[in-house]
Amino acid sequence: MRYQLEGSQAIAKAVALCRPKVVCAYPITPQTHVVEGIGEVVRSGELSDCKFINVESEMAALSVAIGSQATGVRSYTATSSQGLLYMMEAVYNASGLELPIVMTLGNRAIGSPINIWNDHSDAMAGRDSGWIMLFAETNQEALDLHIQAFKIAEKIGLPVMVCVDGFILTHAYEPVDIPSQKEVDAFLPSYVPTVSLDIHKPLAIGTMVSPEYFMEVRYLAHQKQIDALQVICCIGEEFKKQFGRNSGGLLSEYKTEDAEVIVVTLGSIAGTIKDVIDDLNSRGKKFGVISIVSYRPFPADALKDSLKRAKMVIVVEKAFAVGIGGILSHEIELIMKDTEVEVFSIIAGLGGRSITKPMLQEYFLRKKYEKATFLGLKKKIIADKYEVRSCSNQEGSV
Amino acid sequence: MTKPFATVLEASTSLNNKTGSWRTKRPEYVQSASPCNVVCPAGEDIRLWLALVKAGKFYEAWKIITKDNPFPAAMGRICYHTCEKICNRESFDGAVNISAIERSIGDMAIDQAWGFENVTVNSGKNVLVVGGGPSGLAAAYFLRMLGHDVTVYENHLKAGGMMRYGVPRYRLSRCVLDAEIKRIENIGVKIVCQKKITDINAEIDDFDAIYLAMGAHKASQTGVEIKNKPNIIDAVDLFKKVEDDFTNFLNLGNRVFVYGGGNTAIDAARTALRLGASVKIIYRRTIHQMPAHTAEVNEALAEGIEILCLRTISCIDGSKVFVNKMNYDEEYDILTPSGKTEILHADSVIFAIGQSVDVNVLHGAKNIKISEKGTIEIDKNMTTGIPSVFAGGDVVSEKRTVTNAIGHAKKAAGCIDAYLRNTTPPLDIRSEVTNLKKLNVAYFKKSAKITAPEWQNISFEERNISYSKKELMTEASRCFSCGSCFHCDNCYGYCPDNAITKRANGDLEINYNYCKGCGICATECPCGAIKMVSND
Amino acid sequence: MSSSTLSGESSKKNSTIQSRRSRNNSLTSGHRACQGCGEALGARCAIDAAYHAAAGKITVVNATGCLEVFSCSFPENAWNVPWLHSLFGNAAAVATGVAAALHSQGKEDVRVIAQGGDGATGDIGMGCLSGMFDRNDDVLYICYDNQAYMNTGVQRSGTTPPLARTATTVPHKNYAGSDPQTGKNVAQIAMAHEIPYVATASIGNIQDLEKKVSKAINIRGSKYVHVHVPCPLGWGYDTAETIKIARLAIQCGLFPLFEAEYGKLARSTAIEDPISIEDYLKPQKRFAHLFGKNASSESLDILRKIANSNIEKYRLGKTADD
Repeated sequence: MRYQLEGSQAIAKAVALCRPKVVCAYPITPQTHVVEGIGEVVRSGELSDCKFINVESEMAALSVAIGSQATGVRSYTATSSQGLLYMMEAVYNASGLELPIVMTLGNRAIGSPINIWNDHSDAMAGRDSGWIMLFAETNQEALDLHIQAFKIAEKIGLPVMVCVDGFILTHAYEPVDIPSQKEVDAFLPSYVPTVSLDIHKPLAIGTMVSPEYFMEVRYLAHQKQIDALQVICCIGEEFKKQFGRNSGGLLSEYKTEDAEVIVVTLGSIAGTIKDVIDDLNSRGKKFGVISIVSYRPFPADALKDSLKRAKMVIVVEKAFAVGIGGILSHEIELIMKDTEVEVFSIIAGLGGRSITKPMLQEYFLRKKYEKATFLGLKKKIIADKYEVRSCSNQEGSV
Repeated sequence: MTKPFATVLEASTSLNNKTGSWRTKRPEYVQSASPCNVVCPAGEDIRLWLALVKAGKFYEAWKIITKDNPFPAAMGRICYHTCEKICNRESFDGAVNISAIERSIGDMAIDQAWGFENVTVNSGKNVLVVGGGPSGLAAAYFLRMLGHDVTVYENHLKAGGMMRYGVPRYRLSRCVLDAEIKRIENIGVKIVCQKKITDINAEIDDFDAIYLAMGAHKASQTGVEIKNKPNIIDAVDLFKKVEDDFTNFLNLGNRVFVYGGGNTAIDAARTALRLGASVKIIYRRTIHQMPAHTAEVNEALAEGIEILCLRTISCIDGSKVFVNKMNYDEEYDILTPSGKTEILHADSVIFAIGQSVDVNVLHGAKNIKISEKGTIEIDKNMTTGIPSVFAGGDVVSEKRTVTNAIGHAKKAAGCIDAYLRNTTPPLDIRSEVTNLKKLNVAYFKKSAKITAPEWQNISFEERNISYSKKELMTEASRCFSCGSCFHCDNCYGYCPDNAITKRANGDLEINYNYCKGCGICATECPCGAIKMVSND
Repeated sequence: MSSSTLSGESSKKNSTIQSRRSRNNSLTSGHRACQGCGEALGARCAIDAAYHAAAGKITVVNATGCLEVFSCSFPENAWNVPWLHSLFGNAAAVATGVAAALHSQGKEDVRVIAQGGDGATGDIGMGCLSGMFDRNDDVLYICYDNQAYMNTGVQRSGTTPPLARTATTVPHKNYAGSDPQTGKNVAQIAMAHEIPYVATASIGNIQDLEKKVSKAINIRGSKYVHVHVPCPLGWGYDTAETIKIARLAIQCGLFPLFEAEYGKLARSTAIEDPISIEDYLKPQKRFAHLFGKNASSESLDILRKIANSNIEKYRLGKTADD
């Protein structure tokens, strides 16, 4: 059934359809509507046998989920930005304990300065935490990815973070197709934990590990992430087969078959980029778009396979490593370093700054790219601050 | 998905980690002597039998007492219970009333006619015991239990010695004494009364061994000048007369003086009081210096007996008693005549200034040596100069208590048995004493001693009555069990390493695989039964 | 009762769970706690009591700290109950999750315990603990208080008593140990949440500790038991004296034993044999600077005031209601 829904509501519906037993919530913009929505379905009785807990911090939110998941029930929470940082210790802990928790990250900038609008700084802060991180491009994808997320998490035995652009998706109304409970039940079997707190088989979960064994534990975590690539693909295929939508997998490719320039990005901005390149391609350019669905595990091989056909790669990224530059672009450079393919980075949309079609179009049509560009940077402000320095171009480079 | 590596573990896998290797000191269960046991001349295992009483196992307790002392009922009454004076509980909330418990158990044994087990093995050896007092009877009992034939020759009308002829019946009921003597006869000890031996040499050939325990029944000489046939009686004779002719009330007259300051003097005074006299004790030093037990002095005072201190009798002329008053210099502890005299008037004067051993019986036995103090000399195995002749009790010791006599008997019986079987006498090993410092009294709650009920009348009836069973158990439960585990489980419960194993029967065992040697068990042991030793 | 040993009276009527052969040994041998560790003993006593009272149906969440490190280090787990360790500051929240999961599975007969040291409870975990109390989640939280961060080498914590020496409060000319007017009372903080049950307990009184844990585990809602567990290493006393020190703390009034229901003091344990605070402080090296040549009596007065205030506030005098 198709509904005109706010992205957060769509996510809430998706999570409810997955029948979690414990949902914990601590409000932070822009994630609030998601947990409000789930709270509503639990309290209204629509989702039975689920405990909805209002906790006192993000640290508690994920900790509660750790406790409930370790007790053998499907558990969910959501956060954004500072909230992710505040719970970061638990984020690493959940993956270390191999607990298949699903968490929505309503992507938002990180302060200071405080800023409630969208970028990917929060997700990038958690990129080495050992979680599986999936990025949604649309509200439909957000909904679909949540359903897949539980299955992926439970299959591989790792937590999954579904990244959804704050406001741009969370607060945007779009028509979404909501599958029936029956369909979701058919796709997602009930959760059977591998290990859990069980009075009949008392295990200790969460041991201390000495230097003698720590390397092995970490290597196994690394291997597990790599193994997850296959699982994500398979489950994406399964989902497509059952629901008819190609909303999972590792990558979402658009017109890359004969593209000379491939624009790579994460999340909702892919839609805008697609509009821009449609226009460019209609004028004889050969652009393609890849939006990465599975950011972690990083689909290095799949990405390389697609990118090596192109001459150039432009990475549009909403976060960067201060003093270094783009994060995603660096990762792509790394995998493409033995090819002729050139990688350029556009750092854009920080703290909710609009990324408009004209801005992108102007950039794509340039004769020559800077290695990295801060798109739409206000030159005067920077020049006032650094009088002695001159900005080489309007946007400012790294 | 499989179980994660390392971060998830099965229960109790730490048992593979033998933390005992950390240990530098190790705890050991020890059983060390309790002070009461160490001071008891009879060596009774008081701690053990108190534990049995506490558990309501009265018969078992009696069996333990009678291993060391065949007269619980008598001794519970008349022993001066040094055990209670040294009891670690004394400074806490008052000593355990050991004597009252022993007496009550003894009485229970008489009431319920508990007897000693029949002797099943017979050595074929024949032992003569000279003297049917506490030492002789006890030796007879121990020797008989060891399988020997025993004959006791008793000079007096009845057996019992000082228990009968030294202790007045208001302190020890004759029914009780008779019953406890009868019990010894019941196991086959032959007691021949009014049998006076004149020459010990005559007996040596007839018996495989002889135990001399005639006691000290001869009144000591005094330096008092006697004129005009005053009515003077020695305390020993007084007791004998009262005892052998109890129904024929002895008349001492109204004004009776007792001369002396020991227990015998007190007993004599209280006996005279019961014969209807008005009694005064004359003692040459101060009241605090009286050798008699304070409790008995106080009882005598309470009964109305007057004690005239710092006085000596110089002469008794008819009914006149000439008394010299003394001065006592406390600083230098010197007693000097003050020069003042007084004349008192007496119907009778009882001398109670000590007894000595009648050594006439030994005249023929040249090898038996007599000390300067008039006692028989023995070696460490209680043997006299003749290998088959042993001696004990008042004849060898100046420490003349009934318990001491029983202690001698036990030791002598062991030595005689070894002599008869040609083996080595048992060694007298006493382990370290468990003093208060070794206990952890934090685990004991203050609970006042139960005083045995008392009659207040003055007669030849006993003043005290026994405990009820409940009182017995409660009073016995006050025992600290110094030096011996009483299964309080503190060590088991407090070990942070769960390194003490409890067996099905409640026994505890230290598991050195895991014991880290912290020492908590030893510190928290209420009774000092765990010792930390170096972990060689 | 003539004695208060662990086996109780001769009838064994008052016997402690710890004196029983059938005790669970929830924290079993082979753990790596220091010799004479009060926390190891406290944890075994508390968890065994809970195990017994809940017919074996318990799960335990453990905060990071000494207890966690010494009890469960790969490949050796000393626990004999289902046990989960997540982080230092989140045990209460993790336990909330466990309880929530059990609730949604209809397994509310399985009782949940969260446990941690004083740092994990009163300092870093305070937020999660307060949240758990606020929601009245069905968890028994047990704090083993050894009054400093022992696992990291004896640094000051929120429950370190004023004037105590720790590695971060070393006495110097103008400083006498931990500052006066510092330290927090976590049990009182718990009481302020008006949860169904709050109690203090000590390994110096195992009977009382077992009674309180046994009672708490079967109460629905949030429960808090604060257990005093001396640390030979951090406090500087002989390893054999752990129980004794705990007992002295009770006797001098510095560690009051009480129970509170819905925020109100319900019962307290009168001090049977009162002692001076000096008797408790002197055997501990962490207070040695209070007794040296240059010691000031004012310092001792600060602690004496706390003891006296406890005696009054918790009615520990002979007239107390227990």
